[in-house]
Amino acid sequence: MKSIWYFVGLLLITMGAIITASGLYGLMVPPAEPKVLASLHPDLWWGIFMLAFGLVFARLNRKKVVR
Amino acid sequence: MVTLGLSPVDWLVILVYFAFILGLGIYLKRFTRNQEDFFIAGRKNSSWVAGIAFLSANLGALELLGMTGNTYKYGMYVAHFYWIGAVPAMVFLGLYMMPFYYSSRIHSVPGYLKLRFDEKTRVLNALAFAVMTLLVSGINLYAMALVLHTFVGWNWDVSMWVSAGTVAAYVTLSGLLSAIFTEIIQFFLIWFGLFLVSVLGIVEIGGVGEVFARIPPSFATLWSTSADPAQNGMAITWAGIVLGLGFVLSFGYWTTDFLVVQRAFSARDLRAARMTPIIASFFKMAVPFLVIMAGLVALALARDPNSGFALLQDGGQINYDSALPLLIQRYYPTGLIGLGITALLAGFMAGQAGNVSAFNTVWTYDIYRALINPRASDELLLWMGRVTTVVGIVLSVGTAYWAKSFPSIMDYMQAIFSWVNAPLFATMLLGMFVVWITPNGAFWGLLAGMGSSFVLFLAVKFAWINPASITMSAVASDMAANFWRAWWAWLICFAVTILVSCFTRKKPREELVGLVKGLTAEKAAGSIPFIKTPEFVGIVSIIIFILLNIYYW
Repeated sequence: MKSIWYFVGLLLITMGAIITASGLYGLMVPPAEPKVLASLHPDLWWGIFMLAFGLVFARLNRKKVVR
Repeated sequence: MVTLGLSPVDWLVILVYFAFILGLGIYLKRFTRNQEDFFIAGRKNSSWVAGIAFLSANLGALELLGMTGNTYKYGMYVAHFYWIGAVPAMVFLGLYMMPFYYSSRIHSVPGYLKLRFDEKTRVLNALAFAVMTLLVSGINLYAMALVLHTFVGWNWDVSMWVSAGTVAAYVTLSGLLSAIFTEIIQFFLIWFGLFLVSVLGIVEIGGVGEVFARIPPSFATLWSTSADPAQNGMAITWAGIVLGLGFVLSFGYWTTDFLVVQRAFSARDLRAARMTPIIASFFKMAVPFLVIMAGLVALALARDPNSGFALLQDGGQINYDSALPLLIQRYYPTGLIGLGITALLAGFMAGQAGNVSAFNTVWTYDIYRALINPRASDELLLWMGRVTTVVGIVLSVGTAYWAKSFPSIMDYMQAIFSWVNAPLFATMLLGMFVVWITPNGAFWGLLAGMGSSFVLFLAVKFAWINPASITMSAVASDMAANFWRAWWAWLICFAVTILVSCFTRKKPREELVGLVKGLTAEKAAGSIPFIKTPEFVGIVSIIIFILLNIYYW
């Protein structure tokens, strides 16, 4: 059985990629009603962080097996 | 009333979560071959997996919303729930109680009562736990539907049936294993989904110091105003916090509630089981950054007329639970809103899965096998576990509809907890550490404790007695009354157990070996370095706990 940490990595990669893409779109096409502190682009940086965290988790645990 | 609008990107994030946990349930089914796999996840989890699941089983969305709202209402005193109200009990469980639980190879907490005392004490606790679990599960489901309807505008019935159906599907497939896997995922989603709320709040206000500077001084301390209940937001004395929350409610919940303790039973060996609650204690101490800080940010913003921030009102009453959703709405752009909602959904559903996996175990082992079919085969127990999962979910949905037609049931939540857990802690404490406590002493003590807790709740609620007579002060909040009621229920159970034990027949000492301190051989730690022992890690946890209390004194 694959380790749970591997699955956590996969989920964070998927969600991180979606949020990063959304952040990039927001950078190019700013929303009509920006949120407070929108100038910091929290979606973009947080999406990239989730993506990186997920990649590290999935990579480190891809061969780990629970018996 | 609707505050959070979802874009297609937000929906995509939510759908990814649902697809992922259902896929995980299908993947794990092939590893669920017998009742040990289904009910205690095959006893093969590491201390980190079991530890994070131990914490996550308690970290539901209702708690996240409620505690953020409570911080707005009571201030820093809410941090007591995470520090004195959790850490000492978790470390005590790992160091002193887990060896008795784990070494007796039981499947449930009522199973320990059967071995230490007798069948009637086990069945009494199992029935109380089963009723409590279904009630809590149903009320949580109702609360989830209410939150999603209020803040996201979702249909009440659809959100309830979809989430309950998803939980039923993956828990039926692989039992505790899938419940634990989804709890781990929930843990990461909650941190990734809500961490930014506090961070962006601190950035907007101008630093942590500025947040504290903008709230009333009595809301910014933990202990310095606890001598006089009129001087703190929670209207409670230090004695109520220490005896009611820090001792009885905390130890009663963290050391005897099968919902959380079951996660430690899934650990692969005794050391991992002992480390489970101790590892969880470190994360528990960190949770206030999510909820307490968010609540303080909401309070600081609400006190600034230029911020444009105000909590929702329902019928002239402030809706404190709206603090966290309103902060999400304030700071989160498209995509992150989906992540925040997914974090709350994951919290609700993992809590549901935790309740139903504890319920199916207690029903199967402590009621079905104990009373109905003692010779049930392995296959039959596995089948019963799966059927009970579906039945438990259906009963939870029924309870949720009942709660919808009877909203004041929410007021009874605290009563339910102190009804079952507070007296049980007295029974467990005496059972594990005092050899001469008898089966009849435990049974009648437990019954007296449970009964007195419920009667005291009704007496305060319907003004049969003056609340000051149980809270020991003229000024007291509902929260203070909850703490003190738990203390009295514990004390009554403790006293009745000792009294009845003095006059009833004791169990032979040879039947208590491995179950009671003094009759159980202490196992050496073996070749593990001292810094990796539960004792050392537990001491580190307690030191950090003390430093946090001093810093925020």
